Amino acid sequence: MAISLKVNGKSQSVDVPAEMPLLWVLRDVLGMTGTKYGCGVAQCGACTVHVGGQAVRSCVLPVSAVKEPVTTIEGLSKQGDHAVQKAWLKHNVAQCGYCQTGQIMQAAAFLKSNPKPSDEEIDAAMQGNICRCGTYTRIRAAIKDAAGV
Amino acid sequence: MKHWIQNLSNQGVTRRGFLKGAAAGGFVMGVQFSPAGKIHPFSGLGKAHAAEGVELPTDAFTPNVFVAIDQKGVVTVVCHRSEMGQGIRTGIPQIVADELEADWKMVRVVQAEGDSKKYGNQYTDGSRSIRHNLQRMREFGATARSMLEQAAAQKMNVKVSDCKAVNHRVVHVPSGRSMGYGELASAASQLKIPSVKDVTLKSPSNFRYIGKPVDTIDGPDIVTGRAMYGIDKRLPNMLYAVIEHCPVTYGKVKSFDAKEAMKVPGVVKVIELPQTQPPIVFNTLGGIAVIAKNTWAADQGRKKLKIDWDYGPNVVYDSDKFKNDMAQTARNEAKVVRNEGDAVSAMGRASKVVKADFYIPHYAHATMEPPAAIANVKGGKCEVWSACQDGQAARSTVAGALGMDEKDVTSYVTLLGGAFGRKSKPDFAAEAALLSREMGAPVRVTWTREDDLQHAYYHTVCAQHVEAGLDSNGKCVAWHHRNVFPTIWSTFEQSDPEHGHKIELSLGYIDMPYQIPNLRLENGKAKAHVRIGWLRSVNNIPNAFVQNTVANMIAHETGRDPYDVLLELIGEDRVLDLSSTDYWNYDQTYDEYPIMTSRLKNVLRVAAGNAGYGRPMPEREAIGLAVHRSFTTYVAAAVHVKVSKDGKVTIPRVDIAYDGGLVVNPDRAKAQMEGACIYGMSAAWDCQITAKGGVVQQKNFPDYRVVRIMDAPREINVHQVDAGGSYPPGGIGEPGVPPFIPALTNAIFAATGKRITELPISNYDLSA
Repeated sequence: MAISLKVNGKSQSVDVPAEMPLLWVLRDVLGMTGTKYGCGVAQCGACTVHVGGQAVRSCVLPVSAVKEPVTTIEGLSKQGDHAVQKAWLKHNVAQCGYCQTGQIMQAAAFLKSNPKPSDEEIDAAMQGNICRCGTYTRIRAAIKDAAGV
Repeated sequence: MKHWIQNLSNQGVTRRGFLKGAAAGGFVMGVQFSPAGKIHPFSGLGKAHAAEGVELPTDAFTPNVFVAIDQKGVVTVVCHRSEMGQGIRTGIPQIVADELEADWKMVRVVQAEGDSKKYGNQYTDGSRSIRHNLQRMREFGATARSMLEQAAAQKMNVKVSDCKAVNHRVVHVPSGRSMGYGELASAASQLKIPSVKDVTLKSPSNFRYIGKPVDTIDGPDIVTGRAMYGIDKRLPNMLYAVIEHCPVTYGKVKSFDAKEAMKVPGVVKVIELPQTQPPIVFNTLGGIAVIAKNTWAADQGRKKLKIDWDYGPNVVYDSDKFKNDMAQTARNEAKVVRNEGDAVSAMGRASKVVKADFYIPHYAHATMEPPAAIANVKGGKCEVWSACQDGQAARSTVAGALGMDEKDVTSYVTLLGGAFGRKSKPDFAAEAALLSREMGAPVRVTWTREDDLQHAYYHTVCAQHVEAGLDSNGKCVAWHHRNVFPTIWSTFEQSDPEHGHKIELSLGYIDMPYQIPNLRLENGKAKAHVRIGWLRSVNNIPNAFVQNTVANMIAHETGRDPYDVLLELIGEDRVLDLSSTDYWNYDQTYDEYPIMTSRLKNVLRVAAGNAGYGRPMPEREAIGLAVHRSFTTYVAAAVHVKVSKDGKVTIPRVDIAYDGGLVVNPDRAKAQMEGACIYGMSAAWDCQITAKGGVVQQKNFPDYRVVRIMDAPREINVHQVDAGGSYPPGGIGEPGVPPFIPALTNAIFAATGKRITELPISNYDLSA
């Protein structure tokens, strides 16, 4: 079925089954590969995007349920200069980098709703995003830096 | 058999193997490198660095296959090792650019295709990229620098001895005149390449980038989603495949029914993949592939497959039973692999004997990017892009699977979304190639998380038994130790060996550093029922856990401080004498990289000192220590834990001290040590792979519980010892993992009195 989506400010129409998860629409249909597959069951956060400004796990979100504009890592900022992206670079957070687009999308949505978080709030917000390289201490530092706390 | 263990030396490109050849409009020197040679970079670099299939300008100055300088002065460095988060795509350019006196802003990196004849060994594992490439990359950079100086002398008509390369320009020192590298590229390309013995390497005190915390070159691409992994590469008209492998390792398809799968919208075809006869090596497991117009449709189709399997002999694999069998084996006499003095009779005379049995389960690598590759077989040739730790291995494996000549296979290496040893085994690239040939179109294979956890090349499972005999002063005088584990070689050898290979036994076992007069180390037999492979630090994980735990037990039994006992066990400053053993030294000569107990003790002192070890601690709070040398690097961990009354463990602080000799990028090394703590913590904490009826029971992250941010240490302090680089470079990616685990369990013991001898820790009740 034809489904209309707004992704990073651009209106798109995709002809896919209603239950197809947004992740695979983004990756395989629209060719936007910055959003990653990690588990398919909303347990790792690699697929995190914003829908209507909220961080969601796109691997379990049927595309037909997407009613608000979608922002992916490709659309988070024009020049890669969102405060969270800049903080990620400053702290050299990434190792392999694979989970980091999901981490950044999670952190960006979180800081919007909670601009001055405590350490505990940061951990709670980021608990759903796994990093196997083990960059957690730098993720914390980068989020605090981006928030100026 | 062909894997990291046997492919450790630099091969292919010799230091003096330069060729000279003239080209229209310029000059190129290179080893098997044509003038208009296409360097195939990793395709996701973004504009800042390179686009795919970069054509070096024909007038570029390319003194070897690793370096090119164009007339704008842009320096291109080829990275022939895979990037999986360790920072090698930053590290190799740092080395070359340093000796070249290049301006870092003018340096870009491109990724080499798999071609070990051209580039030398590309197996990116065993923590050896820097160990094996520092010297040659310095020489490549210095050769280019020397030629630029010579070119400048000619152009300015001055003596070359008066010319000096400084930050992308060659300066005529007496007059102060200078020329940029871009201006000199063309003239340099006309020169004869000097012999490396005529090239002067920099004095380390003049290093510009080596030893500096240079930012990760791929950082900007990573944070914007432009970074390209194996799962991301796209080709026109590509198809998407997922594969149902037999739930039991080496089982076979008896028959299958794809009718329902074919009805799923988007599914194009269902194909049976051939199963390789053991030994499996890197070849395909076999199974039923569903090919579709997108990954999701393929996976939906897969769920509709009806497959009748012949599970084969590994259906007997039951982890509970296997654990008991291994423990039994560990209690009986086994093959002796190191023997000094007479441990058996000394044990009989001991005042006290400390005994313990240990168990360490299988682990899966669980890379965040599961195995993924895309292949395009067309016109008798194959191009494959994969997230692999060795582009050459992917090339050979794909060529073998297709029955093609290697020269017809081009193997591109993408970024790797984690690897940890899993992606040394390019079975998934061969699957993509076979399916592409069948479909006549590019096919990407994506392993789901379930596939990844249920069909890994697992870290071995291990049982150990130790008896330590103490004299009346509490000094250890006898050590009798057995370990039992299915060997990696079972995956590679027809004979299906059951003893540990000498290389596995050298990973922290026969090189046990304790100075004990009577020492007997044995290895018992175990049969593999799954693919056994190497995982970050390999057998060092169980061996470091056991040794450091027993040291801690000795301290407890004798009422002494664990730190003092550990230092006493390590003993005098000396080079460990392993001449009576069949020791393998991480593919280094022992003369160059001897095991020095002074360095081992030093890192322990640094970690303990920085952690404030020995200070009074509140109740149920303690610091645990451990130390281990692996991959030629010495690492000590001091882990501070707090255990709540209800048994919850938190880690306020970790101190890691490492001595890895010369370090090219201290920030990336620091990151590897930080990551090693988390990786080790996952292994210790709550992760294990178990089998029942031959089927792996863990399916996804809900039951393979890796560490998340809340459980991560609040603080990880990394202390680099020997920052001056008075020793040659050691491994960095792996050696942080082994000591973390026993430091954690020793801390838990000190805080709670609960002795952990089996992993994962989550099996223990730590409540008060």
